[in-house]
Amino acid sequence: MSTLAAAVYVYELPVRLWHGINALAIVVLALTGYLIAEPLASPAGEASEHFLMGYIRFAHFAAGYILAVGFVGRIYWAYAGNEHARQIFMPPVWKAHFWDGVWHELRWYAFLAKAPRHYIGHNPLAILAMHLFVWGLLFMIVTGLALYGEGAGQQSWQFALFTSWVLAAFGDSQTVHTWHHLAMWFIVCFVLIHVYVAVREEKLSGQSMLSTIATGWRTFKNNEPIDDAE
Amino acid sequence: MIETFYDVMRRQGITRRSFLKFCSLTAASLGLSPAFAPKIAHAMETKPRIPVLWLHGLECTCCSESFIRSGHPLAKDVILSMLSLDYDDTIMASAGHQAEAIVDEIVEKYKGNYILAVEGNPPLAEDGMYCIIGGKPFVEQLKYAAESCKAIISWGSCASWGCVQAAKPNPTRATPVHKVPGLADKPIIKVPGCPPIAEVMTAVVAYLLTFDKLPTLDKQGRPQMFYSQRIHDKCYRRPHFDAGQFVEQWDDEAARMGHCLYKMGCKGPTTYNACSTVKWNEGTSFPIQSGHGCIGCSEDGFWDKGSFYDRLTGINQLGIEANADVVGGTAAGIVTAGVAAHAGLTALNRAKQADKQPGAE
Ligand code: HEM
Ligand code: HEM
Ligand code: SF4
Repeated sequence: MSTLAAAVYVYELPVRLWHGINALAIVVLALTGYLIAEPLASPAGEASEHFLMGYIRFAHFAAGYILAVGFVGRIYWAYAGNEHARQIFMPPVWKAHFWDGVWHELRWYAFLAKAPRHYIGHNPLAILAMHLFVWGLLFMIVTGLALYGEGAGQQSWQFALFTSWVLAAFGDSQTVHTWHHLAMWFIVCFVLIHVYVAVREEKLSGQSMLSTIATGWRTFKNNEPIDDAE
Repeated sequence: MIETFYDVMRRQGITRRSFLKFCSLTAASLGLSPAFAPKIAHAMETKPRIPVLWLHGLECTCCSESFIRSGHPLAKDVILSMLSLDYDDTIMASAGHQAEAIVDEIVEKYKGNYILAVEGNPPLAEDGMYCIIGGKPFVEQLKYAAESCKAIISWGSCASWGCVQAAKPNPTRATPVHKVPGLADKPIIKVPGCPPIAEVMTAVVAYLLTFDKLPTLDKQGRPQMFYSQRIHDKCYRRPHFDAGQFVEQWDDEAARMGHCLYKMGCKGPTTYNACSTVKWNEGTSFPIQSGHGCIGCSEDGFWDKGSFYDRLTGINQLGIEANADVVGGTAAGIVTAGVAAHAGLTALNRAKQADKQPGAE
């Protein structure tokens, strides 16, 4: 019977908080965003008695701001926090060993490798996927604020900082709507895969996952050597 | 002696009283305070008149049609008298060589001083052979007239963006004015719309002529005072949008009650224009008021963005009619099926391994 490798403190509180808030905000954004595009059945009666679309849009914008502020905070923590806080922002793509790790992880998911390697932080494939997700998030925030600035008007800071150049870059508002909408499905796909693999790795890999993103501590089920994403 | 605007108007039989009324009207339509009316009057009495040369390329003349129906007859008369419409092939008296000579005359006489208004656009394919004016490609006339002008007004969606004659695959290579290669580098004011609103057109001309400078333009080059808000921002059906009350079918009860046309593909939320405030035909109505959604005719590329009854752009790269939800929903469906299949395979694999090495868990 081998002894277990010692537990490591990986995800500091700000990272875990961000993970939770970000996930909740995205669930709200995807639901309300879909309802903005495909509204519910019309309520009967006078318009003055209802504010259905108004509330849905309000929830979308409120969650949007929470998402945006959280993102800025998370970027700051990438700078202020520990080395694991930086992982998803800077995948070491120039290192051969990183790609070797990605390849191994892909083989693991294709049932070709017997076991995944152990990591203290994210595995290389996860880093890659999360990095893509970060760009997707940034895209949603920038286009979202640009759409918001259209309604807020030309005097608003949202218009000055986002709408002005985003509209010019995409050519027109309809194209921005279409891309903001399309990118939602990218985010949804990421989340579907992400939750599946998080649960799967919790069960199958030699390391903890769900408790790690909840408490910050990574524990190991055996003492296999620990690899490094770099 | 150089003629002033006022001289020209008097010569055209416009009374001083009408002239002063026009000045207040102009101030109002430009969103200026009444105090500006005397300033406009003064400018018109003292400044030499700036001629406007109005050229026509590939177009349908709806801009001209709109312009001469300007809601306020007074404004129209005055502005028409301000324009040198000697060369506007729709309404000019002369024809043939005589007419073509007028272009040369204006270009020579007012070098660097006239406004070039362009309706329509030049097709560039086959050296411009698809639009011939007076025996020469329109693109040549355009370049020639642009060389010595003071500023260019791109009337309508044709001159501003290309419009239907530039629709994919655009066989004649119809090209909006600002993208014509080799065109003299002059300030361009885009006044998009198919057609633009008459009052917007007259106000833009009035602004140029009275203040002798360009109105403030947005990043896309449109006058901010008319194109800074979306139809949706000032639409009278907006309370129904906020309430969530939508027309679902052209003949349903909601359509009769005038509910919001969002679900019928109204492009009001993505279209910058003044229709919902200025309206058309002396403020009588505008498309949404008559029960049809906005089709976004003043937006770049509106003719190539899929159905007029779909708010979002169609995605046809895949060879079938699709939209963001079809593409995204399909992707999410495939991912879900993939995840389920993968989970199943994983369970199967584990069961096999457990068989092979009992007690390993
Ligand atoms: C909208 C939903 C979600 C999004 C957008 C999301 C996104 C992310 C991101 C970006 C990270 C990297 C954290 C960092 O390094 O800063 C992460 C980590 C993680 N997430 Fe999520 N997440 C979501 C929902 C969930 C859910 C529901 C679970 C649990 C079943 C979960 C489990 C995990 C785990 C275990 C990690 C750590 C992975 C590791 O240790 O390598 N996530 N998630
Ligand atoms: C994961 C993040 C997000 C998702 C999944 C999402 C999803 C959506 C969707 C599907 C739409 C409908 C688009 C259409 O069909 O026209 C939409 C509209 C919109 N979103 Fe987002 N969004 C996100 C983030 C944001 C953010 C950060 C903001 C910034 C405040 C924002 C602001 C808006 C605005 C202003 C609209 C237009 C509302 C309207 O036209 O009435 N979104 N969003
Ligand atoms: S009819 Fe069109 S412009 Fe008017 S509120 Fe509805 S979506 Fe907006």
